[in-house]
Amino acid sequence: MNWIKRKNIAALLLVVLGISFVVIGVARGENQTVLTKAINICLECIGIG
Amino acid sequence: MAKLFSTLKKHARLCVQVAVAALTNGYLIGFVKGKIFTGKTKQLCVPGLNCYSCPGALGSCPIGSLQATLGSRDYKFAFYVVGFLMIVGALVGRFVCGWLCPFGLIQDLLYKIPFVKKLRKLPGDRWLKWIKYILLAGFVILLPLFAVDIIGQGQPWFCKYICPAGTLEGGIPLVLLNKELQAAIGWLFAWKNLLLVLLIFLSILVYRPFCRYLCPLGAIYGLFNPIAFYRYKVDKEKCTGCKACQKTCKLDIPVYQKPNSMDCIRCGACKRACPHHAISSTIEKEE
Repeated sequence: MNWIKRKNIAALLLVVLGISFVVIGVARGENQTVLTKAINICLECIGIG
Repeated sequence: MAKLFSTLKKHARLCVQVAVAALTNGYLIGFVKGKIFTGKTKQLCVPGLNCYSCPGALGSCPIGSLQATLGSRDYKFAFYVVGFLMIVGALVGRFVCGWLCPFGLIQDLLYKIPFVKKLRKLPGDRWLKWIKYILLAGFVILLPLFAVDIIGQGQPWFCKYICPAGTLEGGIPLVLLNKELQAAIGWLFAWKNLLLVLLIFLSILVYRPFCRYLCPLGAIYGLFNPIAFYRYKVDKEKCTGCKACQKTCKLDIPVYQKPNSMDCIRCGACKRACPHHAISSTIEKEE
């Protein structure tokens, strides 16, 4: 049971860390980089080059 | 009504896969006009592998976004995408592969096509499994980060040279519908289509070859499988080691020994097949 609890705590810590990373990423404007890439046809992705 | 409900329950995973694929690729007009969606929702990643250059895509592929951020001259670490992957991974791990990934759905459907002989796994499976980690480290992280041009801009190496999802979901529909793109195709398009044809053939022959051997997103989520909130557990008192779980698992995982294998896509077939009901998940009540 302790082992299960420990795993859940690890998962919880990762979720909290993940949320922190997303907040830092948004503050740095990384979501805009993703948006810019995603709203233009990615020629590399579709095999044009 | 009861029959319909029973059928839906029986095919719950397929229903969820189709619903998620439809929801995340709901820009249907894109398939008619040969254009992609340009709305703000594209700054959000979807959990599965779904090319953002698919005409219907409403969100972004996490692997494409990771390479775009790492390859950008402005950043050397992708907090936004890594954070997203950590959240999804820590919650459900590779459940995403089994239930939420559109490219997984495509492979599932391809495997339903009858063939003279289906294989449990490819020869050299034990070693081939490591390719996805090499692709993740090399093509998704290191090359976009360090193989940069004169202004410090990297390329999405995995998307460019490997990803068959981009070819199938983005390349083929856009090239078919767009004359300017038709004029621009060359050896790279031929190479990527060759890979796609090979993968389609392998997907008919063996279950989910891309997920097993090549997918860097599956490699990331797989790392979370042993500690994610959604895990499998085996009741050692009920388990007799009959291997019914491994026999029914299309990925040939010995679930009775490794219920949280990094290769498990949480399809749930082992839980249903266990004659002693020894396998359950962490969100189910113990019997």
